[in-house]
Order: sequence, then structure tokens, then C-alpha cells
Amino acid sequence: MSIRRIDPHAERMRRNRLHPRHQEFARPAWRWISAEGVTRVNPHLVGAIGPNGIKRIDRSGASVESSSVSASQASAEPSRRQIVIAEPAGYVMVVPELAEGRLSDHDRDLFGLARQLADDRRLAVTAITFQGGVTGLEEAGADRWLDLSASAEDGDYCPEARLAGLERIEASLSPAHWLFADTFPGGGDLGRRLAARLSVPSDGAQGERAATRVWQVADGKSLSRAGDRQDIQRDVPRVLLALPECAEPVSETRHEARPMMVDTGQSGTDAAVDIGIIDRGRVAVDPQQIPLAQAPFILSAGRGIGDWEGYHHAARVLGASEGASRVAVDDGYMPRARQVGATGTFVSASCYIAVGISGAVQHLQGIARCQRVIAINSDPSCDMVKRADLAIIADGDDVLKALCESLGQPKASSQPGEEPLHDAA
Amino acid sequence: MMPPDDANSVSVFALVSSGRHPVSGRAGRAREDARAVEMGLMLAGSALKLAHAGDADDGALRDCLEAYLGMFHGLGDDRPGELSLLPMTTEDDAVAALSEWLANSGARLVLTGQRAECGEGSAMLPYLLAERLGWSVVAGIAAIESVDAGSATLLQALPQGQRRRLDVRLPCLVAVDAVAPAPRQSAFGPARRGSINVVEGIETSPDTARRAWQTQPARARPRRLKVVKSGNARDRFKAAAAKSSASGGQVLSGLTPDQAAEKLIDYLRKEKILREEKTPSISEEASAADQ
Repeated sequence: MSIRRIDPHAERMRRNRLHPRHQEFARPAWRWISAEGVTRVNPHLVGAIGPNGIKRIDRSGASVESSSVSASQASAEPSRRQIVIAEPAGYVMVVPELAEGRLSDHDRDLFGLARQLADDRRLAVTAITFQGGVTGLEEAGADRWLDLSASAEDGDYCPEARLAGLERIEASLSPAHWLFADTFPGGGDLGRRLAARLSVPSDGAQGERAATRVWQVADGKSLSRAGDRQDIQRDVPRVLLALPECAEPVSETRHEARPMMVDTGQSGTDAAVDIGIIDRGRVAVDPQQIPLAQAPFILSAGRGIGDWEGYHHAARVLGASEGASRVAVDDGYMPRARQVGATGTFVSASCYIAVGISGAVQHLQGIARCQRVIAINSDPSCDMVKRADLAIIADGDDVLKALCESLGQPKASSQPGEEPLHDAA
Repeated sequence: MMPPDDANSVSVFALVSSGRHPVSGRAGRAREDARAVEMGLMLAGSALKLAHAGDADDGALRDCLEAYLGMFHGLGDDRPGELSLLPMTTEDDAVAALSEWLANSGARLVLTGQRAECGEGSAMLPYLLAERLGWSVVAGIAAIESVDAGSATLLQALPQGQRRRLDVRLPCLVAVDAVAPAPRQSAFGPARRGSINVVEGIETSPDTARRAWQTQPARARPRRLKVVKSGNARDRFKAAAAKSSASGGQVLSGLTPDQAAEKLIDYLRKEKILREEKTPSISEEASAADQ
């Protein structure tokens, strides 16, 4: 009973409109044009039986056939076309930023711009990374993948060694274009180094200059933002440093991102790179000195906090910048410079912990760009809990106290004078 | 060139350019260049030398440059500022003039703003100069920690307010970021006392690379629309009308404070926000550095 039997002959005849017996098997249409030219509708055939057994008519345009063509086909993701470029006529090099080892939106825009430059000329978009294990290059739009992690492994910031790697690629492949993300001190720095190196030809003549802050490429011309509210329009140069949203990211095609090796030919010159910049590593920054708009980790307090000493101590233990809701600032517990929200600062932290903040609309606007939001609140129905990625329904003071204790730094009993009462901002 | 002071064995130069106020459009100091001059003044005091390549007959430009000379105050001595003006027209290539002049000036550390506010504003100048002179170049610098005869220790600004320490070999070009310490005010008296010396005998060459370009008033960049690629109208309508509500996060209720703290710490460690052992030392180190 429950098994739906399909007669394959009948299906074939139903699909083939030229079949002589097609009319017998075709489902009656719910709307047709009669011989007089009037549109006729059969109301009994309109709509579909919903899950609760009631007939529903959906006029939004989503065609729900009562006899289910194939629900899986309609709901499936639009599949991407696979593009393979076996014999490229040349290369377009893209050096993605790869902040935190992942492709960012800016990187995807760069690949979109590269496809725009490459597609009508049969060029292969090649991603150059300085670290292995990058995922998502196929969907981003890379045909080839060059991993230079071996040549530049010393330290976090080694632009000269990386530049040497790029120069070897330039010498062996001579790509049509180089694309970098115009950010400091990442792609903007490396791209300008390469552009400066390429701008000095061996004969000492003045070479072509890179286009920086490119925000549009159309009709073989690139538009780049200059100083003093001017745009520069020029022919697309070899080296481009592009702003975010310079092009639409690839969304309809899928590429192979085939790993590639470059025969440098002269591996003996590797050691000869003249290193003038040595990375001494990250410097510990006082989280309270970071401008709130840039702070990566914020512990924010609202009206639910009763023990402000404990809150300041918890921020120190966690190494988080302090933020506050408008109420906490109006009540005088926190300075105005620490206020998060529409009337304060719009923050972009990668982790935002809201303690005792119920989440007014203005506050939620202020944290719209935060990547992860954690709420600690005693009210399970408040808006902040709905927004949060992790919500803990508990009293904020108690959780912060327990947090400091389990991190091994419980707050000392109140010693007036030793604890700094004022905020660092 | 004057011989360097005994106290400052390294000769420090700052390259300055004319700026434009972001709102009023009034000519004045460029914001990042002013920060570079401030950094140079803190490092070398009044021994700092300024340089600019531009039209020597332009009165508005001289007003601009005097604003930089007006920063030579509060340095312990009353030596007025000096600025070397390399004469060239607006069609000429500043890189050629500056590189020739810097090569013979004895400069070891050259500070400049990251990006000019007028003209091309490509932030390429330090890189092109370094390439011609064979010097090191670093960009995005927030502070100079120390300088000795052969190297300098700098702090580079990273995203999210982070800093990285770099050792750079001299001679070096340093592009100063907008997060460097704010510049002091420009005062009228020091600006009048300072001198602008027009350097003779600089060979200029026209900037041929720029001739084919067209400049136009900056257009507002189109805002990207959220495009929903779906065949049917219902999905497109849903995507357009949907409130951007977060996908249901994890809600933990009925925990004791200790359990809640454990869950929170586990989450923070999993997301690599809290390092295993390092967190206490960072805050201690930072508070120690403050004192």
C-alpha cells in the first residue's frame, strides 16, 4: 500500500510530448487555455495536501505538484559546474590573506576578480599559499595551487623570504597578473614589495606601477582609489592590490585546485636571500589599552552585575577588554568610552561575553559583527540569549567568581586601596 | 649635511607630504605624516630632518610644510626645524628625486606616513625608494622601541589591536601607521623660525607611467546586495524577508556556578580564545609593562 509503484513505460510516455499516447498519461493541467483563448482553471487540481491533511494553495510561485515530481531535486543545493583547465595559456596568481588559516570573504572576492581576468583568456587561476592544509580553494575558484610553505617557514613575518619565493615563480611562469589583498601588514605589504621589485627592469627604465586599492575591474580598465577623493582609471596592470568587495565571489562553478610544483632550477640561491627584517614575535598588549572597536575579546557587563570588583577581576584573569551596556554606564559603574551599542562603540570582537545584559536592540546592533557571542544571564527568554552561540542561564556574579576560581586566580578578599577601582580607559 | 649629534648617532629623516582634512578638505598636515614626524621628534629631538619633493613656488604647499616645522617645540632646546625641499613639478617622479637625494644625505632611518592623502596615494613610495636604494622597508609601524648603530627595534601594528616586534637592519624606511601616538600641535612661532631650504642640483625626470591614467572624482562604491540564487520565488522571498536571527545557539540552564564556569572555559579553550597556560602571564606581563 505504502509503496508507490512506477510504470516506466507510462513515465516515458508522459515525459515525451510527441508520443502518440502522451495524452492518456499526461496529468491534467490545473490551468490551460481553452479553444476560445480563455484561461481555464480547474480548482480541484490546485494546491497540495499539507502535512496535517488539509489542502493548501500556495500562490508564492513555488510549484508544489500534488503527485510529487521529485522533492529531492527541488530542495537540493544548486550544483556547481566543474571546470577543468588542462592546458592553460597562462596564469593569474592570487595570494590570499588566509587570516587564521582560513579563506576570508576578502580572499573569495580576490578569486572572483581573478576569474574575471582569467576566464575569457583560458588562464589558470593559481592560489599561492605559505601554509599547507588550506581548504575550500576548489569552491573559491582556484585551478591550481602552489604551496610555498617549505620556502618560507622561518617565523611569522618574513616578507623577504616570501618575496624571493614569488620572484622564482615570476621567473619560471611569468604570470599574466598578480593579485593581492590590500591589507596591512599582510598582502598589501608583500604585494607592494613584489610590485616594487618588478617595477625596476634590468635596463633601469621606469616600469609599470601596480594598481593599489582596486575596487572595480571592468572593460579592461581598473578603478583604484587614490588620495584626495579621486579615482584612477587605467589599463589593468600586472600587479593588483584589491580592496574587499572588488568582485563577486565564485558561486556557480567548481575548480580543481590541482597542486602544482614549480621547477625553480636554481635551488642554491635559497640561502642567499638577504634578510633585513627579523620577526621577534607577538608582544603582549594590555587588553584595556586596545581601542574597544578593535578588541578581539570583550567581557561586557550590564545591569545584572552586582559585584563590580569581581567583574573587573574576571576581565583581568581572562585577559579580556571591558565593555558595558548603556545602563551600566548611565549608573556610573563604567566610563562612557566603554559603552557598546548604537550610542557607544560598534565592536568587532571574535568573542564577546555578555554578562547580565538582556540585549536591547541598540546593544545587539553594536555587537552585530562579533563572531561568537556568549551570554550569561538569569533570564532564559531575553534577546541576548536568543542571539548567543552559547547561553548560560545563571547569575553572572556567581559564574564569574567560579570562573576565576577554576582558572586558579580567585579574587582576594576585599583589600581597599590595592585593587584599582578605576577603569584603564 | 650636518654631522649627527653625539647623543643621536643615527641620523633620522622624515618625509612629509601635503595633506587634506577629511571633512573640510582644507590643506594642512597629512595625518600619518604628522605621526611620523612626532615619532621622529621623540626619537631624535630637534636633530630630525624633514624632506619634501614638490613645487618650490607653490605658496599653499609652503604653508603646509610650515605646519610640520611648527611641531619643533617642547624638545629641550630651541633649535628650529629644517626642511629640505627638492624642487620638481607635479608631473615629475618624486621617487627619482628622493632616492638620489637620500642616497647622498647620510640618512639611516627614514620615517614617513603610510599613505599620502593627495595625489596617487598608493603607499608605494617607501617600497620604490627601498628598492632603488637597496634598503630595508617596513610598513604599519606603531612605535619605535630602540635604535642602535646597526639596527632598530620596532613595533608593528596588526589587526585587532595586536602588536609584533621586529628587528630591522639599518638603513631602513619606516612607514608609520595611523595607530601611532598622536602628533603634537603645530605652533605658529616654531613654524616661523623653521627654515625651508630649497636643494639645488636635483635632476628630475617626468613620471611617464602616470600619463595614460585618467583621474575622476571618486564614486561611491556600490553596496553589495545579498543575492539569493534559487529557482523559486518562495525561497527568494523568504531570504529577502527573513530577520537575521541567529541560528539556535546552545542554551545551558540549571547548572551550578562551578559547572557553568567549566562549560564556559571548555568553550573558550575549544575556540582557542583562552590559551592553556598563558592567560595569567599575559595580564601580569601587561600590568608589569604599564608600571
